[in-house]
Amino acid sequence: MGVFTMPSLGADMEAGTLVEWLKQPGERVDHGDIIAVVETDKGAIEVEVFEAGEIEALLVDPGQSVPVGTALARIAGDGHAEGHVSDDAGIDTDKPPAAAAAAVSPPEQKRPPRIAAELRASPAARTLAADRGIDLAAITGTGPDGAIQLSDVESAGVQPATAHSNGVDPSAMRRAIAAAMGRSKRDIPHYYLMHRIDMAPTLSWLSKYNEARAPAERLLLGVVLLKAAAVAVGDFPDFNGFYKADGYQPSEAVHVGSAISIRGGGLAAPAIRNTAEHSLPDLMKKLRDLVARTRRGELRSSEIGDPTVTISSLGERGVDSLWPIIYPPQVAIIGFGSPRTHPWASDDALAIRPVMNVSLAGDHRANDGHRGALLLRHIEELLAHPEDL
Amino acid sequence: MTDLTYREAMRGAIRTAMQEDERVFLMGEDVGHYGGCYAVTKGLLEEFGPQRIRDTPLSESAFTGAGIGAAMNGVRPIVEIMTCNFSLLALDQIMNNAATMRHMSGGQVTVPIVIRMATGGGRQLAAQHSHSLEGWYAHIPGLRVLAPATVEDAGGMLGPALADPDPVLIFENALLYNETGPAGDPGSVDIDHAAIRREGSDISLITYGGSLGKTLAAAGQLAGDGIDAEVLDLRVLRPLDDDAILATLAKTRRCVIVDEGWRSGSLSAEIMARIVEQGFWTLDAPLARVCSEEVPIPYAAHLEEAALPSAEKIVTAARTVLGR
Amino acid sequence: MPEIRALVIEEIEAIAPDVAPVTIGDDEDVRDALDLDSMDIFNLIAALHQRTGIDIPDAEAARFVTVGGAVQWLLENGPG
Repeated sequence: MGVFTMPSLGADMEAGTLVEWLKQPGERVDHGDIIAVVETDKGAIEVEVFEAGEIEALLVDPGQSVPVGTALARIAGDGHAEGHVSDDAGIDTDKPPAAAAAAVSPPEQKRPPRIAAELRASPAARTLAADRGIDLAAITGTGPDGAIQLSDVESAGVQPATAHSNGVDPSAMRRAIAAAMGRSKRDIPHYYLMHRIDMAPTLSWLSKYNEARAPAERLLLGVVLLKAAAVAVGDFPDFNGFYKADGYQPSEAVHVGSAISIRGGGLAAPAIRNTAEHSLPDLMKKLRDLVARTRRGELRSSEIGDPTVTISSLGERGVDSLWPIIYPPQVAIIGFGSPRTHPWASDDALAIRPVMNVSLAGDHRANDGHRGALLLRHIEELLAHPEDL
Repeated sequence: MTDLTYREAMRGAIRTAMQEDERVFLMGEDVGHYGGCYAVTKGLLEEFGPQRIRDTPLSESAFTGAGIGAAMNGVRPIVEIMTCNFSLLALDQIMNNAATMRHMSGGQVTVPIVIRMATGGGRQLAAQHSHSLEGWYAHIPGLRVLAPATVEDAGGMLGPALADPDPVLIFENALLYNETGPAGDPGSVDIDHAAIRREGSDISLITYGGSLGKTLAAAGQLAGDGIDAEVLDLRVLRPLDDDAILATLAKTRRCVIVDEGWRSGSLSAEIMARIVEQGFWTLDAPLARVCSEEVPIPYAAHLEEAALPSAEKIVTAARTVLGR
Repeated sequence: MPEIRALVIEEIEAIAPDVAPVTIGDDEDVRDALDLDSMDIFNLIAALHQRTGIDIPDAEAARFVTVGGAVQWLLENGPG
C-alpha cells in the first residue's frame, strides 16, 4: 500500500492545487508515469509517480488546494510512493518533502496489525454469515485490505437460483453450495446407513402403469421414490424438521426437497410442498415443472427455503450408492442409487434382480441410527407396494 | 434567536444563576478586577460586588478547598480554575474531598460545587497551558464532567450543574470562547445526554468539546466524497452516554473517536472499550481514533498544529476505516 | 427424414433450452453428449408424441436416447 502525496516542488512551496487526474482508480501505474497535474505558483506541473501498482483511490478532487505532504491517492503496491515532478520542469526532483511540510501533513493512519493467515471479516459480517449459514471463505471482501464487510455478506446471501430470472449464475450458486455444505460438514455430526432393496416389484408395477398411458401421463421412477420418502418421513418425525439454535424442532408438514442438478455444474434442492398429500400423477406434474424451472433459474423463494427433508436420486445413469450431505438446518437426507441388476438370494435360490441402494445421512443431534434403519426399512416396504402410494 | 459568543453565553449563565439564587458566588484567580483570564467574568464584579465575585490568591488548592467547604455548608460556589493544567494543584481537593464526601459521610454531606476550567491547546501557550486533562477527571466516580461544545451548551449547562447536589466540572475549550452561535434555550439543555450534531449513515465520528468543530468540518469534507458521516457530541464525559454511543454505532457500524487528550489511557480508549464490550457484533470495521500526539503540546505553531487533532487527520482516519 | 430430424432437435432445444443450440451426431447418446437425464427423455417423448400424434410405448423409450434412434423409430412407426 503506497500513498501518493502532494510533492514539494521547491523549498518555498507550502500547498498545491490539484488541477487534473490523469489516472483513475483501477488503472495501473508504473514508475515514472504522469498521474496528475498540480498548479503551483510556478505554474501547472505534471506530477509523476515512482511506484508501480494499481490506483486504489483518489483522495483529493480537482480544484482542491492541499498542503505539501497531503495524501492525494492510494496505490496498491509495495512501499511508499512519493510524488515528484518530471525532470523537464527544471526543479530539483531529489529533494524530499521539507520537514516543515511533513509537520502540517496528516500522517497516514496506521492500520491495526493483522493476524497472519486469519480470515479478515468484521464482527457484523461474521454474525450475518453465521445467521444465514454462509461460508465466509467463499466470499470476496471489498473492505480495507480485502476485509469482508457486512455488505459483502448481504450480497453473497442472495439465493442464487432466484437472483437471475434469465438463467443461473454458476459462481453464485457454487458459493451458496460451498456455504451450505461447508456449514453442514462443520456443524452436523452425520451418520450414514445404507440398505439394498429389491426393486423388481416397483419397476414391474411402474412399467405396467406406464404401458397403458400416453407419454405425458406416465411416471418416472423418481416420482415413486419421492412419494415413498415423503410418506416414510411422515411416520418418522425425527427425520423431518429443523435443527436450530434452540435444538431440534420436528415439522408437522412434509416438504421434500429434490436435489436437481444443473447442467454445467451446480444443483438446487427445491421442495414440493406437502409432498405426501399429492397423488403420483400430481407429483409427476409438479416435479416436471420444478425441474424445468430450476434449470431456467426461476425458483420461488418458498421452494428454496421450505424443505423439511431432502432426497437425492442418482437416476438411471448414476452409480450404486451415494453418501449425501445434509442441507442445514434439515436433519436428514435420503439418497437413491441407480437401480442395477444384481445377483440376489431369494428363497434359497439365486435370482437376478434390479437392486437399488438407498442411503440415509442423519443428524446425530436429532436422530439415531436405529431409527434411521427403521426408516430405510419402511421405505423398502413402501416401494414394494407402489400401488398404495 | 440572537447569536452570542461562547464567552457571552457562559457569562450570561453565571449572571442568571447569581440573579436567581443568592447562594451562588464565583471565585478564582483574576475573575474580579481583571474580568477573568478569558474575560468570561468581565463586568460581574461591578454588578454583584466583591462578596460574590471574589479574586483569590494564586493557590488552586486553597480556593478550591474553600469552595468545597462552602458548598458543604449550604452555598453554591462556582470555582474558576484558569486552565486545567493548574487544576492539578487542586486535584487532592477535587478527588479526595469533593468526589468522596458523600461516600465518606454516609450520605450526610454533599458537595454541590461547580468547578469551571479552560482546557485544550491551539493558542501557542506551550506545554504548561495547553493540555486536555478532562479525560483524567472523567475517571473519577463522584464527579460529573461536562464539555460544552456549542454556544447553547455554554449558556445552558451551568444551571443544571448548579442544581446537581454533587460536584460538577465544566471544561471549556479555550478556542471556543470567541465562537459565535445561537443562544438556544438554556432551559432545554440537559447534562445527561450526548447529542447528534450531524446525521449520517456511513461512519460515526464521536467527539466532544473543542474537537467538535474540526469533526463537523471533516464530516463536510467526507460528504464531498460521498461518505455520509454522523457526528456525535458526547457533551457529558462522565457518566458517558453509552446508549447514544451504541445507537450511532448500531446505525453506522463504524467509528472514529476524536479526543484532544493523549491516546494512552484516554477517554477515547474508554469509549472504544465500551463499544467492544457492548457492541462488538455490530461492528463492520476496526475502530479508529484521532488524538493528540503523545508529546507535551509544543509551542511552535506548526508543531502544535501537527500535534493536535485536525479535520484532515479525521478525514484520513475515516477513509482508512472505510477503505476508500 | 431431414424434417423429422429437425423436429427432434427442435424439441430437445425446447425441453432443455440451456443446451441449445444442439449440434449432435445421429448415434451419440444425448445423455452423454448433452447431459440429458430421464426427466428430459420423458419430456422429449411426450413432446414428440404431441407434435406427431404417434403413440410411443414406454418400452420403446430406450430408442430415444439418440437422435438417429428417435428419427428411425418415428419413421418406422409413423403414419406415412
